[in-house]
Amino acid sequence: MEKIYLDNAATTPVAREVLDAMMPYFSEKYGNASSIHSFGTEAKEALEDAREKIANKLNANPYEIVFTSGGTESNNLALKGAALSNRKKGNHIITTKIEHGSVLKPCKWLEKLGFDVSYLDVDEYGLVDPENFENSIRDETIMVSVIHGNNEIGTIQDIDEIGKIAREKEIYFHIDACQSFTKTGINVETQNLDMVTINSHKIYGPKGIGALYIREGVKVDPLIHGGGHERKLRAGTENIPGIVGFAKAAEITTPGDVEKMRELRDYLIKRIINEIPNSNLIGHPQKRLCNNANFTFKFIEGESMLMLLDQAGICVSTGSACSSHALKPSHVLLATGIPPEDAHGSLRLSPGKYNTLEEMDYTVVNLKKIVGRLRELSPFK
Amino acid sequence: MYSEKVIDHFTNPRNAGELKNPDGVGLAGNPVCGDVMKITIKVRKENCKDFIDDVKFKTMGCAAAIATSSMVTELAKGKTINDAMKITRIDISDALCGLPQVKMHCSNLAADALNEAIYDYMSKRNLTIPDDLESRHKKTIKETEGTGHKHDDADAPVDECG
Repeated sequence: MEKIYLDNAATTPVAREVLDAMMPYFSEKYGNASSIHSFGTEAKEALEDAREKIANKLNANPYEIVFTSGGTESNNLALKGAALSNRKKGNHIITTKIEHGSVLKPCKWLEKLGFDVSYLDVDEYGLVDPENFENSIRDETIMVSVIHGNNEIGTIQDIDEIGKIAREKEIYFHIDACQSFTKTGINVETQNLDMVTINSHKIYGPKGIGALYIREGVKVDPLIHGGGHERKLRAGTENIPGIVGFAKAAEITTPGDVEKMRELRDYLIKRIINEIPNSNLIGHPQKRLCNNANFTFKFIEGESMLMLLDQAGICVSTGSACSSHALKPSHVLLATGIPPEDAHGSLRLSPGKYNTLEEMDYTVVNLKKIVGRLRELSPFK
Repeated sequence: MYSEKVIDHFTNPRNAGELKNPDGVGLAGNPVCGDVMKITIKVRKENCKDFIDDVKFKTMGCAAAIATSSMVTELAKGKTINDAMKITRIDISDALCGLPQVKMHCSNLAADALNEAIYDYMSKRNLTIPDDLESRHKKTIKETEGTGHKHDDADAPVDECG
C-alpha cells in the first residue's frame, strides 16, 4: 500500500539536494569549525556560508544568526535568555494563548522565577488583536513573543502591526517562525523583528538544527555555557552537516513550492467542507499557512479518525485529548472558542511539496468513508 | 501503543448499534472529555434468572473507547445480570490484552455503561438494587454530568510534534 504523508507541519522528509549537500560533511569534511588547520577552515567556511544563506532569507546580517539544536531551543533561548538578561528593565513578558509548548513552558518557568506573563486572547480565527497587545504593555514589559504561523490551526498573525507597536514602545519583539519560515515573507528590518525562531526539519532539512535571529544590540543571556561558539550565545561544537543541510533547504525553497502546497490545501479544504456534512474549517480562511488544513468533524473523535486513516495509509494529526498525554484537547483550539466536545473531533492535514492532487482525492474518499463509519458508531447525530 | 486485540475490536467492532425496544439503556462518559458510550440490553428470563440475551453499543471516542465497548458486549452476552454487573474495567482491559495506562480511566467506561443499562433494567422492574451497583450508578451519573472528571489546568497540554 502506498503511504500518503499529510503531516508536513510535524516534520518533512529531507530533500535529496539537501542530503547530497550534507553528506561530505559527515565523512570527508569532518573538521571542527574552531580548529585552525585546513580541516577546521573548511568547516568554518561551510558554517559561515550557511549563516549567510539563512540571513539572506530574513534580510538579516549573517552575524545576527545563532545556530541552535532546533525550534525548541531557539524559543527557549529567546524567552529565557532575553528575560534573564533584561531583569533590570522589568519582569513583564507578553505572549499569546496559542503558542507552542516551547514558548509556553519557558514562560511558566519564568513565572516561577518571579516574572509576570500576560497571555493574549485570540479571536475565533486565532488572531491576536494588536490593540489588545498595545493595552497590555506596561513600563516593566521586556518583550512580546508571538507565534507567526500557528502550528495547529495555521493562522498567520499580523506581525507588521505588532512589530510597529513593539518598536514604538521599545520592547523586544520575538516571533516563533518555525512553521512560517520560507512559506511567507519574513523581513527583520521592515517588520521590526528583534528575534526570530526558525528551524530546518519543517522545510525539508534535517532534524536537530535550527537558528535564532538576534538583532545586534538585543541583550540575551546564553542558556548553554562552554566554548565561545555562536557569539558566546550557544556553546558547543557546531553541527556542520546539519547547518549545511539547513542552509541548503532554505536556499532551494521556491515560490512554486508554496504555490503548490497552497493549491493542495485549497483543494482539500474545498472538497472536505463541501462533501462531508458537519465539518468546519478551523483557523483563518485566508491568513493561513500554505500547508495547513484543519477541521473539526462533529460527533466523532480525532484519534479514531487518525487511526483508521493510518490503516488506509494516510498519515495526519489531531488536536484531540486522546492523542495528548494530558488528556485535554488542544489549548490552541480551546483558545479560539471551539467547545471541547468539538475540539476532540479535530484533524490537521498538512500537505507538502511532494504530495499530489491524486493523493488528495484518495484522502478525501477515505476520509468520507471513515467519518461516515465512525458516525454510524456514535450515539450522537 | 495498542495491543492487536484492541486494534481488532476497534477496526471490527462487535455488536455495534442500538437495540429496538431495549429492556435497559445505559450511558457513560462525557462529550467534554471526548468519550461517550451508550449500551442497550435485552433481558430473557430462564429458570428464574435474568440473562442478557442481546447487547449493543454506540460509542463516540478514541480507539480504546470503541474497543472496550465492543469487548464489554462480548463479555456480557449470555451472562446473568448478576454476573454481568461484576464485570470490571480490569476485566475488559485484561480481555483486550491490556490498555495504555493513560486510557485506563478516561476511555475505559464500558463497564460503567453496562452497569447503567443493568441499573436501568432493574429499576424499571422495581428489583432490589445491590448497594454496590447503586454506588457505581451515582458515580457514573456524576461523571456523565461532567462533574466527576478533574483535569489539571496547571499543566497545559502541548503538541509535542509541532
